[in-house]
Amino acid sequence: MKKLTLQDNSVSTFSAPPRHEHWDLILQPKVSVFDLQLREVWRYRDLLWLFVRRDFVAQYRQTVLGFLWHVIQPLLTTLMFLLVFGRIANIDTDGVRPPLLFYMAGITVWNYFSACLTGTSTVFVTNAAIFGKVYFPRLVLPLSVALSNIIRFGIQFGLLLAFMIYFAFKGHPIHLSWSWLAIPVLVLMMAVLALGLGIIISAMTTKYRDLSVLMTFAIQLAVYVTPIGYPLSYLKQHHASYVWIINTNPVTSIVEAFRYVIFGKGTLDFSGLAYSLGFAIASLIIGIVIFNKVEKTFMDTV
Amino acid sequence: MGETVIRIENVSKQYRLGVTGTGSLAHDLNRWWHTIRGNEDPYLRVGEENDRTKSGSSEYVWALQDISFDVKHGEVLGIVGRNGAGKSTLLKILSRTTAPSKGQIKIRGRIASLLEVGTGFHPELSGRDNIFLNGSILGMTAREIRKKFDEIVDFAGVERYIDTPVKRYSSGMYVRLAFAVAAHLEPEILVVDEVLAVGDVEFQNKCLGKMREVSTREGRTVLFVSHNMAAVNTLCDKAVLLKFGRLASIGTATDIVNTYMNHLKQEVPPVYQAPDTKSGNAIVFEKVYVSNAAGEPVSEYALEEQVVINLEIGNRSWNRDFSIGLSINDMNERRMLIDQRQISCTSDDRNIRCRISLPPALLTPNSYTIDLAIEKVGAEVMDFLKNAIKFEILRANTKYEYISYDYGIINTTCKWEIR
Repeated sequence: MKKLTLQDNSVSTFSAPPRHEHWDLILQPKVSVFDLQLREVWRYRDLLWLFVRRDFVAQYRQTVLGFLWHVIQPLLTTLMFLLVFGRIANIDTDGVRPPLLFYMAGITVWNYFSACLTGTSTVFVTNAAIFGKVYFPRLVLPLSVALSNIIRFGIQFGLLLAFMIYFAFKGHPIHLSWSWLAIPVLVLMMAVLALGLGIIISAMTTKYRDLSVLMTFAIQLAVYVTPIGYPLSYLKQHHASYVWIINTNPVTSIVEAFRYVIFGKGTLDFSGLAYSLGFAIASLIIGIVIFNKVEKTFMDTV
Repeated sequence: MGETVIRIENVSKQYRLGVTGTGSLAHDLNRWWHTIRGNEDPYLRVGEENDRTKSGSSEYVWALQDISFDVKHGEVLGIVGRNGAGKSTLLKILSRTTAPSKGQIKIRGRIASLLEVGTGFHPELSGRDNIFLNGSILGMTAREIRKKFDEIVDFAGVERYIDTPVKRYSSGMYVRLAFAVAAHLEPEILVVDEVLAVGDVEFQNKCLGKMREVSTREGRTVLFVSHNMAAVNTLCDKAVLLKFGRLASIGTATDIVNTYMNHLKQEVPPVYQAPDTKSGNAIVFEKVYVSNAAGEPVSEYALEEQVVINLEIGNRSWNRDFSIGLSINDMNERRMLIDQRQISCTSDDRNIRCRISLPPALLTPNSYTIDLAIEKVGAEVMDFLKNAIKFEILRANTKYEYISYDYGIINTTCKWEIR
């Protein structure tokens, strides 16, 4: 009797009729490297939004100042830059008056980049606990980081606007023009760049933790090779031999363009922007390829 | 019933042992070099079957090898096997947290896995937010959750605290809420880990009850990974037995449970001898065996006979104080008893001998296995032997000889007063 049942089962196991060979899902060792499964991501769009909400709501819970921290942090950074670069080093600000606005604009856009990059680059390791237990398109998490930082960017940009309006009453009129429409484009470029680099780093951190150590201080140092505390024009005038270093940084031209768009002063370098755009797209493509390779098995190495 | 909803075809999974560190980059480069020249990955060929009792020569190990079977719609399939047989690996592949190294799995319908409850719960968020977050992580859309929201809150019984951060919840409330979300998941195929069912008995019954309900009432397919033979027997129609990463057999749940228990009986040796490779600066069991009162190693005992567990322990560490834990289990891996003892040794005691005498005539006739552990006091486990050795108490010529049903585990005679 027992033998019979076993035989029965083995027959049904290995000779199941191939009636209609439609499968909703096939789990395989490897997928095509460019298959992003964006349809899957779209299906999980609610989750994407909930992650954004989680990051945002949970960050300053149980702090006294709460929401104000979104404002205080860039404000203090701006004041520090004003002190060091403006007062102590006495570096000119491309004719942007008052200098406070110059620093604040740079910091606003830089903060978006650095928050995005650090956020996405640690996304695998910090969420390993969730990844190990349940499946959802992994891309949802880095995307949620980029999105929640756009909201933070919006807040900081609002702060910048508030200061610009304040100074407008003090005799420094706002330079309003059609060029402001370019701001979303610049932010998008930043997002692509940060996402691309972040994904590359996060995919590699799952195996080589050294990178996350490197990242934390690399991002702190990178702010000095980006024209945040000084304009590119100042460098060209006084330290022309170093300009190539700053220009290699793909963030440079975006920051410069951002300030040019807002204040109508500074350097607008289209070849630089083209370089940044190329760099951003290339890093996103490389990021996606590496991500797809790592995504399916990173839980084994993390 | 009838349609195949999961087809597993020659699935294998390879793991690399040890820590990732130096050397991994070299292997990666070597692998990459082979791949770009169109050769097979050199490390996919080495590797051996996953028998943890033998110390392997290769650092690559096959956790799963050539697994193939089908699961039909509406079936409740149990996946059983000893620790390290590949159950969890199969579970991970099915729940898509990792990919197979070879082979493929085809799935028809929506699959959801429940390896733990409350995945992604954020302590700072309110119960409401966490229901949505956890539900979405498990694969529900916001609309589905909204539709079931009241039901979930009701099931968990946390209405009053729904807008309180979950870190303020009692642990019971937390688990109830987490389980409530999971229970309202409606996939066509559900993959469940028994780890889920660990915890208090009430919760365990709730989980198992819900599983039964899901499969019988709603006609869904359930894959259930478990050590708990009783649960497999009652819940599952069919079962799969994994052994060293291979499919040992497939059949009705009852047959597989019996096969598993027979395997277990045969596999556990009467004497444990530590492999030579087990060394380093640690405290380890070097030899473990059972003997009679005279010290003769025997593996079968009469009911009234004295059973002595003998331990030879080697201490190659600087630790003077440690504790030894003992657990005796039956073949269902049900725990019969535990005991432990602190040990302090003098500086020269490199080899420690231990005789543990069981109270006479304690256990009923059956086969028993012994688990042993050495623990640095209040700290890490230095050695752990699961199913280290076995012994048997013979049934012949006892009062249990002609009893055909489960006669329990304690051998005793009550005092009967009849008037």
